[in-house]
Amino acid sequence: MVQAILFLPLLGALIAGLLGTNMFKNLGSDAEAYADHHAGGDHADHAHDDHHGHYEGPMWPMYLTTGLLCLGAIMSWIIFLGFLHEGHDTRIELLRWISSGSLNAGWAIRLDALTAVMLVVVNTVSALVHVYSLGYMSHDEHQPRFFAYLSLFTFAMLMLVTSDNLVQMFFGWEGVGLASYLLIGFWYTRESANAAAIKAFVVNRVGDFGFALGIFGVFMVYGSVEFQTIFDNAPSAVGKTIHFLGHDWDTLTTLCLLLFMGAMGKSAQFLLHTWLPDAMEGPTPVSALIHAATMVTAGVFLVARMSPLFELAPAARDVVVIIGGTTAFFAATVGLVQNDIKRVIAYSTCSQLGYMFVAMGVGAYGAGIFHLFTHAFFKALLFLGAGSVIHAMSGEQDMRKMGGLAPHIRLTWAMMLIGTFALTGVGIPGVGGFAGFYSKDAIIEAAYAAGTSPAMYAFGLLVIAAFCTSFYSWRLAFMTFNGKTNADAETVSHIHESSKVMLVPLYVLAAGAVFAGWYFEQYFIGHEEALFWGKALYRLPENEILHHMHEVPTLVKWSAFIAMISGFALAFLFYIRDTSIPKRLAAMHQPLYQFLLNKWYFDELYNFLFVRPAMWLGRFLWKTGDGEIIDGFGPDGVAASVAGVTVQVNRLQTGYVYHYAFAMLIGVAAIISWFTFGGAH
Amino acid sequence: MAIVFFFYLFSIVAIASAVLVVTARNPVHSVLFLILCFFNAAGLFVLLGAEFLAMILVVVYVGAVAVLFLFVVMMLDVDFEELRKGMMNYLPYGAVIGFILLVELILLFGTWNLSPDLIAHVSAPQPDNITNTEAIGLVLYTKYVFWFQTSGLILLVAMIGAIVLTMRHKPNVKRQNIADQVARGPATSIEIREVKSGEGI
Amino acid sequence: MIGLTHYLVVAAILFTIGILGIFLNRKNVIIIMMSIELMLLAVNINLVAFSSALHDLVGQVFALLILTVAAGEAAIGLAILVTYFRNRGSIAVEDINLMKG
Repeated sequence: MVQAILFLPLLGALIAGLLGTNMFKNLGSDAEAYADHHAGGDHADHAHDDHHGHYEGPMWPMYLTTGLLCLGAIMSWIIFLGFLHEGHDTRIELLRWISSGSLNAGWAIRLDALTAVMLVVVNTVSALVHVYSLGYMSHDEHQPRFFAYLSLFTFAMLMLVTSDNLVQMFFGWEGVGLASYLLIGFWYTRESANAAAIKAFVVNRVGDFGFALGIFGVFMVYGSVEFQTIFDNAPSAVGKTIHFLGHDWDTLTTLCLLLFMGAMGKSAQFLLHTWLPDAMEGPTPVSALIHAATMVTAGVFLVARMSPLFELAPAARDVVVIIGGTTAFFAATVGLVQNDIKRVIAYSTCSQLGYMFVAMGVGAYGAGIFHLFTHAFFKALLFLGAGSVIHAMSGEQDMRKMGGLAPHIRLTWAMMLIGTFALTGVGIPGVGGFAGFYSKDAIIEAAYAAGTSPAMYAFGLLVIAAFCTSFYSWRLAFMTFNGKTNADAETVSHIHESSKVMLVPLYVLAAGAVFAGWYFEQYFIGHEEALFWGKALYRLPENEILHHMHEVPTLVKWSAFIAMISGFALAFLFYIRDTSIPKRLAAMHQPLYQFLLNKWYFDELYNFLFVRPAMWLGRFLWKTGDGEIIDGFGPDGVAASVAGVTVQVNRLQTGYVYHYAFAMLIGVAAIISWFTFGGAH
Repeated sequence: MAIVFFFYLFSIVAIASAVLVVTARNPVHSVLFLILCFFNAAGLFVLLGAEFLAMILVVVYVGAVAVLFLFVVMMLDVDFEELRKGMMNYLPYGAVIGFILLVELILLFGTWNLSPDLIAHVSAPQPDNITNTEAIGLVLYTKYVFWFQTSGLILLVAMIGAIVLTMRHKPNVKRQNIADQVARGPATSIEIREVKSGEGI
Repeated sequence: MIGLTHYLVVAAILFTIGILGIFLNRKNVIIIMMSIELMLLAVNINLVAFSSALHDLVGQVFALLILTVAAGEAAIGLAILVTYFRNRGSIAVEDINLMKG
């Protein structure tokens, strides 16, 4: 069954991508005869080059991929529910892959609770996004390609989460990177989309560089890339050092930090986050699937998967905590002032990923994965809801041009509100609430419970971030749905509720956003936690954080609640009661406002530090290295000097006889000189 | 002693007149100095014992070439003053090149040394008991007859070339065409007409 | 005593004057041709001097040949000059640059 889950998306991607798109048709259309020959056949009903945003091709590629994904999602749930009660880890060997010297990387499925959770998340969101895209992308002329990419992504993501060794994981890791690149740049005629795709790919390469080094290091230290071998031998490397960059470092710290670097890139953590907001250039379903629910959580998954190593490297975990806390705070502050509806949610995603990493860093792996799980639901819900809004607004993404949409699209509004409740963590401690309430509060409590100074740093930032989260979430909701509309009449007249096919995924996700936390809390972080996770997540015997986090002071328990309520109140004040306050505030604190609006100037900083030197270097190598030196002395230089010499020689030929006579006489003088003083021997 | 005197006389006059050839304002003077130069060169030839060549030089150069120059110079209505303009522009180049050449040539001629076995390679030794003219005649028509014929051919070609280049038919000059005259027959020269009586042609 | 060297020096001076003449009178073809005659004369002096010094008649025969060529050259050159003058009304060498490609 797992194999089916794994390879159905690949099957769908291949069929839809190769047969469903007009790939082969384009191959044939070059030859006119071929086209003529088949004119009467099935090619006649293909849309050829329809640029009017109108799809006339067959619908089967979409239905096929969607159907296969739904099938996969159902099977994932079956497996997952099986783990809830009586799970046992299995390992399914598919084939031998790399066998070179002592390096053995098989192709196997590692099925444990962690994998099961990820399977559910990936397949559920993916299936729902597929369904949603049937509606959302219905006007796009390249639908088969889109669905093929989506399925391809799903396959790569499943490959990542089911991998049994690091090399296989790296394959999935790069696979999702590729799919992400393809999907961000899906509308390839847009220059900004291409730039964003390249940016995402390049920034991820930075992280992947660290990840690859980490894999090499792991292989060097443990002599294997198989998880089981590594985990079994993990304690053997404690206290040892590794020689790297001219220094002796603590082995486990180095390895974990390198692996974490990969995670930072994929999960858009502080310093490597710049690609995520730009990735919003992709279609909204892509944002929901890849850049909210699944791919960006791959970093979290990696840390969770490698928990036996991280557990033994407290220094590396401290770094994880600090980075995670900083990201949560940073992204939340930037989210406060963004005006693009998708970018707000993108920064929210970035911030929530920071929460997850804090949980990982303090050792509360279950809490982190729990947040990953619930976050997938409500963030995908928010994204798809935003997509629905954008759909209704005829493609408008700027929140300043929205407002007052609630009466027009009530269902979407309701769904977005549920998503907002879940994200802000609405709930009363001790009673219950939406999904985010359980997972996010658990992380905040865990950060406090850990007690170390990095954890306290993160705790402070997380509470502030919770306040910011609440504020920007409600700001989004209020600006979009409440107040007076700022859209032009033309757009307003077109506002319409989305079709059923787009709303149904929202309902399902909303159900998840409401109940996932309440129902699954006991398994992820509650009483059944140890039974549920089994050996999937490793904690040192002395790591009792899951117990401690239930015993934090009441104020800490209520801190997130207070932050949430105050954020809501402030947003209500700013955007419902007196809408002039934000403007005045922005004018009063102009530098701060600009600082936030420009995302802490990270893009500018990177532009200055890396992009421009790289551009300069590239330009230098191109213009000077290749153009002037290689070409200059090579072909071009020879050609130019031939031409130049010819011009000179041509000018020498004046046609005046006496000039020739002079030349002859000078030659005579030269020859005689030569014979006199030089060569007459 | 007389030889020394005449050598310097001829040399100095030849060189001086050569200088005047290239610097004289009037081309006619140039030609005349050229003639003088040739005469002195002929004198040098006589000193060297090449009487025949000296005479030839006088006859051919002075009698033919120099006079040809004279004719041309006088025949062409050329503003020679105009042609002298800018003469000094090139003097430095000419002076430098000429000086270099002169110094080198003199260096060369001042330090030369005949190979001792060169005598053995003499191809046409000069007999002692006959005159220079006779001696030349003896080898020119025998051993070097091919050269002789070739130079005759060169002169012929030069002559034909000069004629071809300069001859032109003026359109309005009547000329006798013997071939036409000889080929003339009744058909081209007479016409028979019937003349009515009492009318005339 | 007058030796071969003396004659050679005279010839060298004459040759140099010929060259100088070409440089000086670059516009006047007639003088240029006279300068060429001077140079040929210098060569002749050389040949005859060597012929006399070595008692070898071939030098004089060769001088004869040069005389012939010089005469031919002068004839052809002057003929060309006359024709040119007839066509252009001038013998300025600056106008002759048909050789320029």
